[in-house]
Amino acid sequence: MNRQAQAVVLLLLGGAVIRASLTDLHLRYVKEGLRPFLVAAGLLLVAAAVMTLYYELRPLLRRTPAGHHDGHHAQGDQGGHHAQGDHDGGHGHHEPRVGWLLILPVLGLLLVAPPALGSYAAGQAGTAVSTRQQPSDYPPLPDGDPVRIAVLDYASRALFERGASIGDRRVQLSGFVTTGADGRPLLARMVLSCCAADGRPVKLGLTGAAPDGLADDTWIEVTGRYSDRIARDPVNDAEIPYLDVESWRQVPVPRQQYE
Amino acid sequence: MTSEAERRAPDGPHPGAVGVTAQGVREKTPAAPRGPDRRVGSVEVLAGLLILLVVFRDPLARALSAPRLQTWTTVFVSVLVQAVPFLVFGVVLSAVIAVFVPRSFWARALPRHPALAVPVASAAGVVLPGCECGAVPIAGSLIRRGVTPAAALAFLLAAPAINPIVLTATAVAFPDDPAMVLGRAVASLLVAMAMGWLWLRLGRADWIRLPRRPELDDSSRGRAFWGAVRHDVTHAGGFLVIGAAAAATINVVVPERWLQTLADEPVLSVLALAALAVLLSLCSEADAFVAASLSQFSLTSRLVFLVVGPMVDLKLISMQAGVFGRRFALRFAPTTFVVAVAVAVGTGAVLL
Repeated sequence: MNRQAQAVVLLLLGGAVIRASLTDLHLRYVKEGLRPFLVAAGLLLVAAAVMTLYYELRPLLRRTPAGHHDGHHAQGDQGGHHAQGDHDGGHGHHEPRVGWLLILPVLGLLLVAPPALGSYAAGQAGTAVSTRQQPSDYPPLPDGDPVRIAVLDYASRALFERGASIGDRRVQLSGFVTTGADGRPLLARMVLSCCAADGRPVKLGLTGAAPDGLADDTWIEVTGRYSDRIARDPVNDAEIPYLDVESWRQVPVPRQQYE
Repeated sequence: MTSEAERRAPDGPHPGAVGVTAQGVREKTPAAPRGPDRRVGSVEVLAGLLILLVVFRDPLARALSAPRLQTWTTVFVSVLVQAVPFLVFGVVLSAVIAVFVPRSFWARALPRHPALAVPVASAAGVVLPGCECGAVPIAGSLIRRGVTPAAALAFLLAAPAINPIVLTATAVAFPDDPAMVLGRAVASLLVAMAMGWLWLRLGRADWIRLPRRPELDDSSRGRAFWGAVRHDVTHAGGFLVIGAAAAATINVVVPERWLQTLADEPVLSVLALAALAVLLSLCSEADAFVAASLSQFSLTSRLVFLVVGPMVDLKLISMQAGVFGRRFALRFAPTTFVVAVAVAVGTGAVLL
């Protein structure tokens, strides 16, 4: 891969990163906090591409009107280039051939743009609430009826203090549907700590007026009350708390799909 | 046509500048003597590839829509998106080191004796926030600028493992076990120094083969700087892509149930999490949360996971092979792995 091709790839990569960070696309892959760094990194990539093209093309542009001197300099430059060319194999080390692979992330971001982790990933991994071994000092739920809380928040309160701070309040949660081991639908939400590679599901069982027959990955909003029923996730043997559903409705996929 | 050819003539051997359209006609006459001129250059290949990809976008997207493949793609893209800022900032810093920081600075900053330079370089890793993707090119630059390899390697191992961001993340992930933070810092620092000293005793300079980089000696500093940035991003970035693909594959292929059965055996669980750290190739800023979620494993085996991960993993091995050469990576990575597991188990026995 010669320098100009590298410049084009860097330009595409920088452009793809900037585009992903200015739209909601990056939220499918990383935490929102990374956004300014993504923009900065994308701008640096574009700058590197522009500067490479500038240094590569300037001798060409100058040479046309100018005399020998510049041309001579460029000759020397290209002696180096020739040896570095990736096609004749010899010095693959220098102008890195491995750089071709950078087309893959460009492709991934610009053309494919894979969706956020969903029910397949949730089924592969065990529910992640078991990790939070915090003592039971949960603050009281905020006001509202029903009160909107995160799936992870509900699951922690349900598991570690057996719903004491929930009481008989009505809660409203949203997440996607994934089919549990028993074939019944679970409400799940992926939790990210850094990027989707470490995404882990938090799963809730649904009793009462639970939805039925929904396809996996359908986003729903459920309203219900604490249930003391508990199941075990066959994947990691962790406890899955239940929610006693009063009502549910299908909702559009939220902007931020992770918790 | 003549003037066109003349204008391009001095540019002859430069593959990217060869215009396919301009030369297309002549390409068919085998008598034309100027070989390199008639090759299709990287830019043309790239353009063709991109056009094909855009044209076949829909079939491609459909082919990737099976849930497993889709999860793979999501994980692959997200590892790269997460790593790109760290890679770019690391590369820019390493280009600054390579181009703007004079060699004499390192002679003054580090103790003259290599054995003393190792702990200083390890400690210097503490102040540099960032993950391992950025540390590899920086360590390459340090060696290039005359820093003793032992110290540069100690820095390479220490920087991603014990910087403030990583330690804070660890504290947040293990709210009930503050000893994990201490254990991680102590064990990582010990491994970095041990590897630096081990390199002094056993390492051979010819294992490290830094690629020739004539552009770093360019008379124009601007050109040298941007040349270094361009080269390192494509080079280290390419290897990062390989590592991300491997990590995504492991993420999708290894079912968590397998781990479950290993957790009860003390020895097996340590080895399993050490291997998992290598295979998953998580960013050092994220691995604490994953370790916390592996709650069925003992604290010591999770400490091993946290110490090994930032020092040896698939994407790092791939990047090290690219930056320092394969001979180096084949020796350095396994040794680091063994030292890291041993030190982490020892630290765990004392602290946890």
